[in-house]
Amino acid sequence: MMILKVSDLAVNYGAIKAVKGVSFEINEGEIVSLIGANGAGKTTILKTISGLLKPVEGTISYFGKDLKHKKASHIVAEGISHVPEGRHIFPGMSVKENLQLGAFLQKDRTQVKELFTEVYSQFPILRQREDQDAATLSGGEQQMLAIGRALMSKPKLLLLDEPSMGLAPIFINKIFEIIKAIKNRGTTVLLIEQNAKKALSIADRGYVLATGEIKMEGTGAQLLASPAVQKAYLGG
Amino acid sequence: MQTFFQQVINGLSLGSIYALLALGYTMVYGIIKLINFAHGDIYMLGAFWGYYVINVWHFNFIAALLSAMVICGLSGVIIEYFAYRPLRHSPRITALITAIGVSFFLENGMAYLFGSNARDFPQIVKQVNYNIGGVRISNIQIQILATACILMLLLQLIIRYTKMGRAMRAVSVDNDAAQLVGINPNLTISFTFALGSALAGAAGVMIGLYYNSIDPLMGMTPGIKAFVAAVVGGIGSVPGASLGGFLIGLLETLVQSVGLSAYKDAVVYVVLIVILLILPTGIFGKNVKEKV
Ligand SMILES: Nc1ncnc2c1ncn2[C@@H]1O[C@H](COP(=O)(O)OP(=O)(O)O)[C@@H](O)[C@H]1O
Ligand SMILES: [Mg+2]
Repeated sequence: MMILKVSDLAVNYGAIKAVKGVSFEINEGEIVSLIGANGAGKTTILKTISGLLKPVEGTISYFGKDLKHKKASHIVAEGISHVPEGRHIFPGMSVKENLQLGAFLQKDRTQVKELFTEVYSQFPILRQREDQDAATLSGGEQQMLAIGRALMSKPKLLLLDEPSMGLAPIFINKIFEIIKAIKNRGTTVLLIEQNAKKALSIADRGYVLATGEIKMEGTGAQLLASPAVQKAYLGG
Repeated sequence: MQTFFQQVINGLSLGSIYALLALGYTMVYGIIKLINFAHGDIYMLGAFWGYYVINVWHFNFIAALLSAMVICGLSGVIIEYFAYRPLRHSPRITALITAIGVSFFLENGMAYLFGSNARDFPQIVKQVNYNIGGVRISNIQIQILATACILMLLLQLIIRYTKMGRAMRAVSVDNDAAQLVGINPNLTISFTFALGSALAGAAGVMIGLYYNSIDPLMGMTPGIKAFVAAVVGGIGSVPGASLGGFLIGLLETLVQSVGLSAYKDAVVYVVLIVILLILPTGIFGKNVKEKV
């Protein structure tokens, strides 16, 4: 079943055309990866889906409903959670407060408790650091916090913007393990990465983006095997 | 030494008023990076509201205080909605000039409606002086200090432990990330204005009680001093604003007590200049680079 359908999406920053008519779709239960070089427009697409940016053209439909005219806070309520590039945890607040904020729209207290238990069992390090200022966590721990915070809203669709960026290799592997685990629990994932090899190896399907346009699409394995992708993104 | 302690008591009483006002400046700055120059005028509105409800409806102190907080809180929300919200994506200087305009509007509007002359604030609390080891402290001073401390404590609790408090902090540090967890920034900004303006309203009623006299321009100088207090404490920092308020109150009273009354305002501005030169981010300010 199709969960998200993006059609002819165009997004500008003033005169700069960052995304020029992009179309793709995500089916329930998939990991879909969007890969592309720096500046290709990946972050812009994600921000537009989550409502932080407004498109100039195109449609975004989520379970058949239009998202384009909704505010970011409503889009979260609909079940789309966005882990932004650079993590953007709330500094000056404890790990626990960050997670509480993730559950901002959850009304039911017992539900919030369950979500805490779930996120803490997935990320035991966060429980250990519960009362620590989130800004004092290492990069990898902050990324786990950012993902944990997003999971606190019980998303149906998780948007991940370069979760492995700037992390030590052990953390990178861990993050990709976590993404697979999230998928196995039934959450659909849109994964943006510059680490194309790793992203495509866990993705069901992928799209290659360059200068604001989709250049190629296929299953993760097809793209990994494609000479063009290898040449451009996998170092030969 | 007795005179010194006497001045400390007086300074803390005045300082608690500045602290309540400074909190509004600092919270609003923290969340939308606006120096709300109309904030002192909200305090004036609070004083006038207190004046009327006490005279006309015979409210007692608590009722006058609480109703002034509600009315001022609402005024703050309305002003933000009509004057500042449409300018959310304009350059900061536009909003700043608008704030000055709102300030003139409130001052002149009140002068037009109620006359510009000073009037005596009804003394609902009968003054009683206590003598503790030669230091005189009045029941009104105790009431002001206690009320201010209770309000500041409540504010701390709201900011630390409530959902809206967390939302305020989240929007202050990272507006986009706050939206991504489902926070509505506009609602949170309204809430911040409501809290800050309610504290200003409380300060207005208390200053009426303390100084006995109110007029439409009464918010100008305390407004600027509270702004200085917020800068001294580190603008954006809530504990900083409280501390800064008390420090400015103490400083002003001490300067007066050594016979330099004529310079009491000047000294506050000198403090502002010195702070900006040697400690630009204030006592509790974080040395953060402007976000682009
Ligand atoms: N806030 C902005 N203002 C102007 N241009 C921007 C802004 N953000 C991104 N861009 C431009 O839009 C294009 C796409 O950027 P982005 O979506 O961040 O790419 P990616 O995430 O793929 O690296 C780039 O050319 C970038 O310079
Ligand atoms: Mg990016």
